[in-house]
Amino acid sequence: MTDATPSSLHTVGPRPRRRTWAVVGEKALEAVIRASGVSAIFFVLAIFFFVFREAAPFLFSDEFKPFEFLFSTQWYPTSDINVRYGTWALTVGSISVTALAMVLAVPFGLGAAIYISEFSGRRQRETLKITIELLAAIPSVVWGFVGLTVMSKIIVALTGAPVGVNLLNGGVILALMSVPIIVSIGEDALKAVPDSYREAAQALGATRWQIVYRVLLPAAKNGLLAAVLLGVGRAVGETMAVLMATGHAVNLPHSVLDSVRTLTANIAAELGEAPAGSPHYRALFLTGVLLFCITFAVNVTADLAIRGRRRL
Amino acid sequence: MNRHMPRTLPTVLLAGLTAGLGTSLLLSACGGKGPEPAKTTIQVKGSDTMVNVAQAWAEEYKKVEPTVDVEVSGGGSGVGIAALERGTIDIADASRNMKPEEIEQARRNTGKEPMEFIVGFDALAVYVNKDNPLNEITLDQLAQVFAEGGTITKWAQLGTQIPGVSDDTIVRVSRQSSSGTYEFFREHVLAKKDFKLGSRDMNGSKEVVELVGTTKTAIGYSGMGYATPAVKMLRVARMAGGPAVAPTVENTLSKSYPLARSLQVYTLGEPQGAVKKYIDWTMSDAGQNILQDNGYVPIPISSRSR
Amino acid sequence: MATVAPPAARFAKTALAVRKKRAETIAKWVFFAMAAAMIVPLLAIIAYLLYRAAPSLDWGFLVDMPRKGMREGGIWPAFAGTLYLVVISLAVAAPIGVLAAIYLNEYARDNWFNRLINLAVINLAGVPSIVHALFGLGAFVYAAKLGYSILAASLTLAIMTLPVIIASTREALASVPMAFREACWNVGATRWQTIRSVVLPNSISGILTGVILQVSRAAGETAPIMFTGAVFFKAIRPGTLFPYHLNDQCMALSMHLYTVSTQVPNVKDSIPYATAVVLLATVLLVNVSAIGLRVWLRARKRW
Repeated sequence: MTDATPSSLHTVGPRPRRRTWAVVGEKALEAVIRASGVSAIFFVLAIFFFVFREAAPFLFSDEFKPFEFLFSTQWYPTSDINVRYGTWALTVGSISVTALAMVLAVPFGLGAAIYISEFSGRRQRETLKITIELLAAIPSVVWGFVGLTVMSKIIVALTGAPVGVNLLNGGVILALMSVPIIVSIGEDALKAVPDSYREAAQALGATRWQIVYRVLLPAAKNGLLAAVLLGVGRAVGETMAVLMATGHAVNLPHSVLDSVRTLTANIAAELGEAPAGSPHYRALFLTGVLLFCITFAVNVTADLAIRGRRRL
Repeated sequence: MNRHMPRTLPTVLLAGLTAGLGTSLLLSACGGKGPEPAKTTIQVKGSDTMVNVAQAWAEEYKKVEPTVDVEVSGGGSGVGIAALERGTIDIADASRNMKPEEIEQARRNTGKEPMEFIVGFDALAVYVNKDNPLNEITLDQLAQVFAEGGTITKWAQLGTQIPGVSDDTIVRVSRQSSSGTYEFFREHVLAKKDFKLGSRDMNGSKEVVELVGTTKTAIGYSGMGYATPAVKMLRVARMAGGPAVAPTVENTLSKSYPLARSLQVYTLGEPQGAVKKYIDWTMSDAGQNILQDNGYVPIPISSRSR
Repeated sequence: MATVAPPAARFAKTALAVRKKRAETIAKWVFFAMAAAMIVPLLAIIAYLLYRAAPSLDWGFLVDMPRKGMREGGIWPAFAGTLYLVVISLAVAAPIGVLAAIYLNEYARDNWFNRLINLAVINLAGVPSIVHALFGLGAFVYAAKLGYSILAASLTLAIMTLPVIIASTREALASVPMAFREACWNVGATRWQTIRSVVLPNSISGILTGVILQVSRAAGETAPIMFTGAVFFKAIRPGTLFPYHLNDQCMALSMHLYTVSTQVPNVKDSIPYATAVVLLATVLLVNVSAIGLRVWLRARKRW
């Protein structure tokens, strides 16, 4: 560490100093470290900047009608006779597939989190946690493939629907994809409730189940909310799995057996063909901006929810 | 400082990873095997209808000219043409013709004039499930099924009853808007009107046929080379009362099948060097045999190269 | 005088106690069922994929070139492409991510600026993969003029894996007890000296696991590479270990699965399944080894 000239402790001489290059080197390294830290902000801003930059000319042009863009169901960007950019059907597609996924994932996810955190023994806990991690690692294109091949056959066999790639298919696949996030963050939230709460309840004679629903759930509700919100964020942002599993049809679903198209799948399908700089291209980037804002809002809310819990 | 095993092992692992990373990056950047002959890359992009032929060509051409790399991607005729307009690829595959505004855009961006080469023919077949008793359809009926404002939504309106289904709503299977097949259908069947919303828009020609094959009440359109035993192709009549023609090789060449179309490739300006040799090869007997093996109609012998 | 119940009856369960116990058992089994309900689909899916892929799965599938329009033969170019993408993207993301996490955990004070950085990391983690693709297209392919290339695709993947590397490295650094650092400070070490000699060596296992886990993420994503550098098909010289250059486009396992299942007609059914199995197996193997590494190293910890 210090290059100590072996000055004995008894003489009063000059303080041992480090070599200059060590000091300068360390300062330089610290500058690099600080720069890396700041880079996260830089990248988020860069993403927003580049996506917005491509979308801006369309946003500020005459062709753009905000009400129609957001609330019309007619998406005809390549029409020869009547070009229309209505994203409402796509937005509803995204919302409905996410909602269905959450309806399936939240009960199972929270239930599993409660089991892992409160009821399971150590062996079981390790096994379950590893399984959840592996479930989370499955790539989205594999999920899409499963939806396209396996799940569609199951759905057709069970419900007699004409087509197996639809809202239900997408919802089930997304649920399986979002469960790991809900479980792991939900489990963190439950673990963060101080043991003193549990011990107090036990002293009053409560069973584990009573502790869960009378003490833990209310105490951890912010963290559990955050877990659900992050699961929502994951589901809304998913692209490949829904591209392959939902049937990719622009319409408002009337039943879970209808095919839908999501905002994300729409961009993925049409981005390649839109000539760079054309209104269609820019409209797609604008949908990207919309998506960015939605996930931003969801993530900030989740973060506030967690933060609120910590101040408890 | 190296006394504790748990701390050394990960450090060693990290060092090993970094060393491995460094060497592999270095090797890859250098090309790996010392001096090699100059390599040319030809970038081909575009039509999904043609992507399998393009890929078969690329595979075969590697044996003919080992120093030339042909990179093939699909995405739809629109994708290829858009890339050609930007000047980022060499050859655009298209199952439709370039529109005047696209040609203009290419001219403006790159200063070069797109050149068209017809490399084959195809029939755009209308597919229904093999259990569907319907055998023929007119262009007008097709338009009423698929176009915005069209009135036909149920199989009963076409005079068909599909055995074993309770709901006889027609399930329309279409392509995404990047597809040349989609554009061709819109121009020649829908007379440029827009598609009715709510069709299942598939990514590739194969997916359309697969979906129709597993859905009794479905109808879809795709290249005739994609047929499978689970579907059948309808005969198409230009107008009610006229002759309904089946999509076959002869009917495509003679243009008696109403939805016969040409498959073409576009380059920016007159093709030179390796690109010219490649296109010539695809239009020769060798290339055309591959085209035929993939289910398409080859160009007549008189138009072939060499 | 109150009658005294016989000893056994005094400890008999009251009706309330019986009800409570029954509710608890039911709850326990219900929650267990919910947890098991996730394992069952996972195992069923893997089993079914293996079953359908079996006819095509052999060592040759991995190292052969695709033949006959990708209807036969193997997937070596796609596998090699994925390796390239993973290695390059992690080579870029890991250093930045680790350094950023060191800053956030060791240097940052709790002020508004650093809360902003935290917010940025969280948001970066939540950006949809297609928006990353849009960003990669706009920034790396066009603005930086890298064109469609492995480099552009890898950089896009790097931005995508960065936030999770930051988060997992922070956790690893935070698990080093404060007492270690205080001991160093007490003998006069500077902050960096403390980090270099005490904090990093003790958290390197967690950092490494975090980075390795991102391998599976980088290998599995399709959307970001679809528009920045991955192609449907590229003929490469067979038998080489390093078939691509940095400014080439490449095939990739994830992209290959997508194209082979949606665009190649009349392909033997088992080939897409086999591709899915190879991708899944790679991802799961990497994850399992990372988890194993973490478990083994944690067992050897001395505090």
